[in-house]
Amino acid sequence: MADPEIKSYEPYHESRSAAVTESRPAQAVLMAIAFAFLGIFLLLPLIIVFHEALAKGVGAYTQALGEPDARSAIRLTLLVAAISVPLNVVFGISAAWAIAKFEFKGKAFLTTLIDLPFSVSPVISGLVYVLLFGAQGLLGEWLKGHGIQILFAVPGIVLATVFVTFPFVARELIPLMQEQGNGDEEAALSLGANGWQTFWYVTLPNVKWGLLYGVLLCNARAMGEFGAVSVVSGHIRGLTNTMPLHVEILYNEYNAVGAFAVASLLAGLALVTLVLKTLLEMRYGAELAATRGH
Amino acid sequence: MEVRVANVRKEFERFPALHDVSLDIKSGELIALLGPSGSGKTTLLRLIAGLERPTRGKIFFGDEDASQKSIQERNVGFVFQHYALFRHMTVVDNIGFGLKVRHGPSRPPAQEIRRRASELLDLVQLSGLEKRYPAQLSGGQRQRVALARAMAIEPKVLLLDEPFGALDAQVRRELRRWLREIHDATGHTTVFVTHDQEEALELADRVVVMSQGRIEQVGTADDIYDTPNSPFVYGFIGESSALPVKIENGEIWLADRPIGLQAPHAPPGDATLYFRPHDVELLDGCSGCIAGTVAASRRVAGTRRVELEIGGERKRVEIELPVDHPAAQKSRVAFRPGRWKLFPAA
Repeated sequence: MADPEIKSYEPYHESRSAAVTESRPAQAVLMAIAFAFLGIFLLLPLIIVFHEALAKGVGAYTQALGEPDARSAIRLTLLVAAISVPLNVVFGISAAWAIAKFEFKGKAFLTTLIDLPFSVSPVISGLVYVLLFGAQGLLGEWLKGHGIQILFAVPGIVLATVFVTFPFVARELIPLMQEQGNGDEEAALSLGANGWQTFWYVTLPNVKWGLLYGVLLCNARAMGEFGAVSVVSGHIRGLTNTMPLHVEILYNEYNAVGAFAVASLLAGLALVTLVLKTLLEMRYGAELAATRGH
Repeated sequence: MEVRVANVRKEFERFPALHDVSLDIKSGELIALLGPSGSGKTTLLRLIAGLERPTRGKIFFGDEDASQKSIQERNVGFVFQHYALFRHMTVVDNIGFGLKVRHGPSRPPAQEIRRRASELLDLVQLSGLEKRYPAQLSGGQRQRVALARAMAIEPKVLLLDEPFGALDAQVRRELRRWLREIHDATGHTTVFVTHDQEEALELADRVVVMSQGRIEQVGTADDIYDTPNSPFVYGFIGESSALPVKIENGEIWLADRPIGLQAPHAPPGDATLYFRPHDVELLDGCSGCIAGTVAASRRVAGTRRVELEIGGERKRVEIELPVDHPAAQKSRVAFRPGRWKLFPAA
């Protein structure tokens, strides 16, 4: 027993028995269908985006991106993401903590509520804010009286984006925290740590990969959101147009190079997210396996 | 540090997990809470630690009422069944954690924390593994790190929740002896929870047998084993056999004949006779004994366990015989229990 024994946690590979394996032709057909489907519906459009963006050369591409309205749209999108992602990180961690670590009345209700943005059309999410903050809305008069502009301005766009993206971090963390249980936190408390130290030194490091994964997805959605933002933005060029909205405007003006140039940035963001997500899954998968073996 | 549990009741969502439990733990004592799952032993331990608050009753550390103190204020070392090591910290950081999170002047400098952690690692015989992560340790090593971590804060009381429950039999036995040595060397008041009676009887100064949220008996291994005070303890600790009997005129009767045991103080009527299968006296003739037909005979380690069918009601009891005893070959065996006890019929 004194020998230092190192346990490695090899990912567990399930062996396939011959009985449940399809014949070779059947396998080939299934794979062909999957690849053809992905090729036609996902890969081809992506290639077309970049092809159209560069159709008139690199010069036209950079010019389209350098145009003031496009730059303003990019700035606004970054700003909205920079506000809504941290907000949702705070919300996501609080909600996951509450749901995973203690029992309270209305827990099931809260869990269901977190999923609401996934089940509601983004347009509705936007409309809700119009009804709330619009000129004829519930708070419209009051806001107008105090000179606060929410609708057709940056605050409205941020609110709509927060609404649409809030499940991402919470949903990533809840199952992870539930699985890890309270043991580590109890240990930290018994050693004299206060609540904040326990969170900072124990809970957060235990969920960091899951959190990063959630942030990544949240960010991708925050930058790419169209429906909800479209309803509340007012489409004021150079002021309240985010990148997805700008793409639509340019496209409707038959400015294909401009539209696809901005779209290529969003597509690029999607690709970067995908690569990071895959890397995280590799890393995070190992972490989860270690958690189970622990 | 003495710990006194006074009339503690604990309910979870109206469901009582502990009914009015009282227990005195002496300073420097190694005491085991033993019972089947659901007996409330872990709840009692967590109440002492401050991980749970009692519904009623009080818990004293020395003369101080600790009932309303938080777990941080109680300064207890708690060791969890599944170790609960911080998986992203090295062994030495795990052990030093309790010192690192202290505030103000009570927090030793980083160098001192490291030195203390290394010392404790020596004590648990794991020096050289400072830089390892928990995932790189075996189960036994992890539990020793967990114990070192709990001892680093110089706790008033050491509490262990099924500390060896997740380990295999060989490692359990080694760690058991090792824990006893550590206890004798450091002198911490130690309470541990286990469902393994061998562990409890071998390791603890005193054993607290629990069942269904109540303490059944508290005593040394000898007390518990030799003079169980309830049918539950008889059945739960070691092997036991039970027979329905009748008391008449201060004598014990099995069906229609006396078995040669006197019970002058027992109230007349139905009762249940308990005895240990190995604690029997074999007899040749039978005038005043228990006699039965051998129904089955099994070799168990160093003895032969014989199942006897007794009388017309075909009640079965087990007794243990030496392996080479001639009685094991016979079809009828007569015996009389050596040490026995009567309990009212269930």
